[in-house]
Amino acid sequence: MTEYILILVSTILVNNFVLVQFLGLCPFMGVSNKLETAIGMSLATTFVLTLSSVCSYLAFEYLLSPLGLEYLQTITFILVIAVVVQFTEIVVRKTSPLLYRVLGIFLPLITTNCAVLGVALLNIKKQNGFVESIMYGFGAAVGFSLVLVLFSAMRERIAVADVPKPFQGSAIGMITAGLMSLAFLGFTGLVNI
Amino acid sequence: MSIILSAVLTLLALAVIFGAILGFAAIKFKVEGNPIVDEIDSLLPQTQCGQCGYPGCRPYAEAIANGEDINKCPPGGEATIQTLADLLDVEAIPLDAEHGEEKGKQVAVIREDECIGCTKCIQACPIDAILGAAKQMHTVIADECTGCDLCVEPCPVDCIDMISVPETIKSWTWKNPKDQAFKIIATDRNPEVRV
Repeated sequence: MTEYILILVSTILVNNFVLVQFLGLCPFMGVSNKLETAIGMSLATTFVLTLSSVCSYLAFEYLLSPLGLEYLQTITFILVIAVVVQFTEIVVRKTSPLLYRVLGIFLPLITTNCAVLGVALLNIKKQNGFVESIMYGFGAAVGFSLVLVLFSAMRERIAVADVPKPFQGSAIGMITAGLMSLAFLGFTGLVNI
Repeated sequence: MSIILSAVLTLLALAVIFGAILGFAAIKFKVEGNPIVDEIDSLLPQTQCGQCGYPGCRPYAEAIANGEDINKCPPGGEATIQTLADLLDVEAIPLDAEHGEEKGKQVAVIREDECIGCTKCIQACPIDAILGAAKQMHTVIADECTGCDLCVEPCPVDCIDMISVPETIKSWTWKNPKDQAFKIIATDRNPEVRV
């Protein structure tokens, strides 16, 4: 049990996917202009990351590994993730129009998110088990969400702040992200797995 | 050789299975749009003029599907009201004069030597049929113009005329057979007669 909590703490704070491992930077910069869209993106990413890390673990463990085809992991994971996302989109669209309106536009975007593929590959590299994979994917997603929501809240404040002209727009966003990344380095050594 | 073959076959099998799942899901969880809105929209004249009080033809079609009156479309006129009434199986009512009157097919024409190039009509045009730039003369692309007359009002020098287009051999179309007093197909005339 402690192991799972450690995985969560590790992925959320210490090895945060965005600020420490620098994965999933495109949505981090792209959809952080508004708090609302950031929350929508966070929810969609949490859902997809958890689901896709489970599915890619199963695909690796029960298909690629027995056949000795480990070197096909990247292309297989991309395929699995794309199908999972697409399937989710179709089902959500049918079953819950409200949820579709919140997550709808973000779901296809996440398919090409490097954090999703990164989690799947790191799961294999770290030789995580089934539950560990779920925890790892979920923790990565929560970490991503935390950082995205914090960052978008900051950007909403920055948008109305008196920023010097050369730093306006994306530049100040990049600087803010860098400072956040430095701040998250403070968690290094909290847990180590 | 066998390594390559097994790799290819595995990926192929995966792709086939996933394709089947997605194909099945697309049919099983198909989202039905509101087909009646599409049908109503196809009957409206697509001038996007907003004379009905809605921001375009599609919103008005959605409103009709939700029970709005069918007599608020001056560009379509009596013919559109008649076809809408047939489609929705309601009584055809005369055009609501509050929203304007039927004028037949029109196009906007800019008197070009009077145009001061203010771009106001360009901003008003719902279908981008006016060509021009600031302080340059503007002109209307006659083929694209739907005759909605939304550009007439904003023009500060009143240099836009709405000109009626007479029906020519090229623009004439066969009248909608639904208006005809007699039915062409025998079984329509007398539903009990079935061969």
